[in-house]
Amino acid sequence: MIDERFDAIVVGAGMAGNAAAYTMASRGLKVLQLERGEYSGSKNVQGAILYADMMEKIIPDFREDAPLERHLIEQRFWMMGENSHTGLHYRSDDFNEEKPNRYTIIRAQFDKWFSSKVREAGALVVCETTVTELVQDAYGKVIGVKTDRGGGQIHADVVVLAEGVTGLLGARAGLRKIPKPTEVALAVKEMHFLPQEVIEQRFNVKGNEGAVIEAAGTISEGMTGMGFLYTNRECVSVGLGCLVSDFQKSGESPYTLLEKFKRHPSIAPLLEGSEVKEYAAHLIPEGGFKSIPQLYGEGWVVVGDAAQLNNAIHREGSNLAMTSGRIAGEAIFQVKSRKEPMTTANLSLYKKMLDDSFVIKDLKKYKDMPQLLHIQSQNFFLTYPQLVNKAMQNFVRVDGTPKKEKEKMTVKSFTSARSWAGLFGDAFKLARAWR
Amino acid sequence: MATETAVRVEDKLFQNRYLVDAGRAHIKVRPHTTPSAALRSLLTTCPARCYELNDKGQVEITADGCVECGTCRIIGEPSGDIEWNYPRGGYGVLFKFG
Repeated sequence: MIDERFDAIVVGAGMAGNAAAYTMASRGLKVLQLERGEYSGSKNVQGAILYADMMEKIIPDFREDAPLERHLIEQRFWMMGENSHTGLHYRSDDFNEEKPNRYTIIRAQFDKWFSSKVREAGALVVCETTVTELVQDAYGKVIGVKTDRGGGQIHADVVVLAEGVTGLLGARAGLRKIPKPTEVALAVKEMHFLPQEVIEQRFNVKGNEGAVIEAAGTISEGMTGMGFLYTNRECVSVGLGCLVSDFQKSGESPYTLLEKFKRHPSIAPLLEGSEVKEYAAHLIPEGGFKSIPQLYGEGWVVVGDAAQLNNAIHREGSNLAMTSGRIAGEAIFQVKSRKEPMTTANLSLYKKMLDDSFVIKDLKKYKDMPQLLHIQSQNFFLTYPQLVNKAMQNFVRVDGTPKKEKEKMTVKSFTSARSWAGLFGDAFKLARAWR
Repeated sequence: MATETAVRVEDKLFQNRYLVDAGRAHIKVRPHTTPSAALRSLLTTCPARCYELNDKGQVEITADGCVECGTCRIIGEPSGDIEWNYPRGGYGVLFKFG
């Protein structure tokens, strides 16, 4: 076994763990990274969209050799009705820039590449090894880890917990609580393979261009949730997620819901004839700002999904993960280069730097949003989408009804479903939570 | 083709790669006579349908098709209904795409 001592041990090789390990190793720290999968990526699941700006801050020239699928030029938001959808699309040729802003990626491939960079930077990356326990001294200070490979303890000055949304170590050591069913969404996803030119025709893109569809409404049957379609080069990622607590309450199965989503008349033609090659499921932290646990302590920091760092409103997770990993790595490097110990006081630098970044600022902005959407899921995910789709049908269908009467019908459908007070109340609460 | 046939999650899991750690299930259900509401909810909420009722009305798990999402841990670990660990290093689901 490994009997050397390390400056840092990173547990996990997802976006946050790779960013932390890369940042520290490339600054000369002696880093051990432990990953339970066969390779970095083999246990990691995401939609997935990569945000270039945050990746550039870690590896500026990542575009040269990273496995990227398509750069996104079009974003479609669909509000789903039973047999319809009302869409808001944004497409711009500006996104065909020299250094595009967002890309679709396939995590198993991207993470493998990222991990090769971590190794090149000098970290020791050990896969197929599950960390089973944090080793703490008599005062509770984290001094290392134990793995399922036997051989006793491996010691380090600091342990970076990048163990993902369902990370066991921090919770078992009492460093943070296990997330509640109201704080995590369960998403299921399939990879649908189609010939490249078919994807390009169906989604109105060419070359390396890609499009994203994000859909909410009746597809989640009143639960807080959404569906998505992301175009990769030769496949489409199709998925849907809802709060775990909502799944429990409704008794709906995630895979049944996904099947219904795929059969929706607005979605089915986009997937027709595809070959499914994988089915995955993953939890997504949804608690927002109010669910962020203690982020550092004696000899440890926590980063990424394990720290609930996910912006559910903007559907951003991996960029918060990689940024928190990078910042934790930079903070640890600073403490180390001052030749100071990895105490709670010194590691508070990580929190300070994170507070100054977009990560905490964005989560703070939407701190009331999760509660609002979760409590009112019936209104926001079922009633309103139904009403909007009905209103659109009423607006576009020409059937000899005078327009004035049509407008009255639409207004009446809203007020009878949700009353004037309810409508204004929801609008006010939504605006306040958005602020 | 029938449109409203029940969804067979087995067909979905069949696409996946696994390395099963025979005889070492990473999830265990606490022995019980009547399942709790939390435990019962796993019958529908588990995305790989690993949980099923046996003929005595108890909840059982077969973790071979587990996709390691952790949903059952979130639901069942705090109450002690289930014991959840990661599979040993290298075992379990091996995502090709993720």
